[in-house]
Amino acid sequence: MRLRTLLRQLPVQVVLAGVALIWIYPFIWMVSSSFKTNREFLSRGLELLPEQLRTENYVRAWEVANFSQYFQNSVIVTVSTVVIVVVISALTGYALARVQFPGKRPLIVLYAATLFIPKGYTIIPVYQLIRELGLLNTLPGLILAEAGAAPVLFALLFMAHFSGIPKELDEAAELDGATFGQTFVHVMLPLAKPMIATTVVLQFMWTWNSFFTPLVLTLNNPDLRTLTVGLYAFVGEYNTDWTGLTAAALISIVPVLVLFLALQRYFIAGLTGSVKS
Amino acid sequence: MTSHAGARAPRVHRNRSRLLWAYAFVVPQLILVTAFTLYPIVMTHVYSLFEWPGFGPLDRFVGLRNYTRILADELFWNAFQKSFIFMAGTVALQLPLALLIAILLNSERLYGRNVYRTLFFIPVVTTSAVIGIVMRSIFASHDGLVNNGLQLLGLIDRPIRWLAQGDTAMIALILVASWKWLGIKMIMWLAGLQSLPVELYDAAKVDGANFWQTFRHITVPLLVPVGVVVLLFSMVDALTAFDLIFTMTEGGPGFATEFMELYIYRYAFTSFAGGLPQLGYASAAGVFFGVTVFLISLVLSLLARRASQVRR
Repeated sequence: MRLRTLLRQLPVQVVLAGVALIWIYPFIWMVSSSFKTNREFLSRGLELLPEQLRTENYVRAWEVANFSQYFQNSVIVTVSTVVIVVVISALTGYALARVQFPGKRPLIVLYAATLFIPKGYTIIPVYQLIRELGLLNTLPGLILAEAGAAPVLFALLFMAHFSGIPKELDEAAELDGATFGQTFVHVMLPLAKPMIATTVVLQFMWTWNSFFTPLVLTLNNPDLRTLTVGLYAFVGEYNTDWTGLTAAALISIVPVLVLFLALQRYFIAGLTGSVKS
Repeated sequence: MTSHAGARAPRVHRNRSRLLWAYAFVVPQLILVTAFTLYPIVMTHVYSLFEWPGFGPLDRFVGLRNYTRILADELFWNAFQKSFIFMAGTVALQLPLALLIAILLNSERLYGRNVYRTLFFIPVVTTSAVIGIVMRSIFASHDGLVNNGLQLLGLIDRPIRWLAQGDTAMIALILVASWKWLGIKMIMWLAGLQSLPVELYDAAKVDGANFWQTFRHITVPLLVPVGVVVLLFSMVDALTAFDLIFTMTEGGPGFATEFMELYIYRYAFTSFAGGLPQLGYASAAGVFFGVTVFLISLVLSLLARRASQVRR
């Protein structure tokens, strides 16, 4: 029975497998090239298996081309941004869901409007602001800019999530003497884990992949480059080191790929959720 | 709970304390949003009325002159047009292909559907800037992967100088962008397909409709509202793409792939246009293009709303 289903699916399977192979071929090619020598890369570019597994490209990218530093910068910027965004979005979402405070309606309208108004070219004022704060060419400046540009959509999604949790839970906690803040941390946050996971994966992906903001904000300090900016600079500095480039590129994308493969249901739930709204 | 009168005073106290808590909870994000979203949006509009290199006092008010200069600039209209060609190309390639894959993957009995879904989605989460840089090498004239592959298959005799000619550079960008972002459209189509009522399909089966008839008369009409959303999303995405294009072609060769965002970047951050950067001018271009994109999405959202009302 299973065999018959499989046989009937055969044409579809062949088409899908073919397209899927083309789809991930660039990644296979990158992995293969990253283990080749530059000479091998040029003369036997189509062969997938390198003559021998060489790790020297990775060593060169990591040590000589400074990718250890870039990696560290990317981790610091991304983790800080994600933490800030999760905390401020959850705080806002909880207050909006539970308290009728004066100014609540206008705030929701304002946040919803930012999803729709034309953004123009906001990097210019952001650059000016960071410069006036004296944070140009610093990691805190970059983190602030990334966290500040994060979509308020997360706060609105947190609001919807907290609104769906029965009020009796936090009222009971507060009758037991817990403050508003304690109730939030100990009772409500643990109930918002799926929403937190969605925010973490999406914001991680956006910040890790961010290129333009770090490019503009770290123009004068190469030591602060994130991986994306570092890779861009790598091409300018070592423009014939093709295999070093593929190794450096893989170093840059592996963390976000691993995160995606581990938590993909949150990615997809989050993306379809944010698209729907 | 409201019955005992003695609770009144504490409750007033409790309410005031809740208000304070609420404001404390709301303030951090409000500060960040004000500083890095609202203020920049307002300031771009303000800058667009000044002649300003990005430093020194903001005192040379020029009214709408930046806007009239934009409208008279040939390269602005070149960028405008190129942005829309790129958008049309990526939309025309991605939407039908993504729908086709989504339909194939929508069958619950298909073996490996989750594996396929993951594979098609991988480029979406991969860094655009990295893709752009790697694709430069893949589309290289000499011994690039694409040329080698096409020659091996006998499809071309001589290597194509993909990124050295305007038209082929545009084609390469459209191909790469479609490859990269197809996964997200596939997910959107899948979400749409899964929301379709199963009963209709059962009824069609009972009536003896074949695959094509079912597709043509049930799936397509019911998918129109989702389709408009996918279209809207794809258009805005393509029109505002920057990282991939900047890293892969840098707008070249010449100005062949200089889309709007790159045009604005050139005026805002380089001294290409003769002397100093022109932040005022760049802001005006940003505002003009931002409003254009906004109007397009407004029209499409109205269409989407109407389409979903017709369905009911």
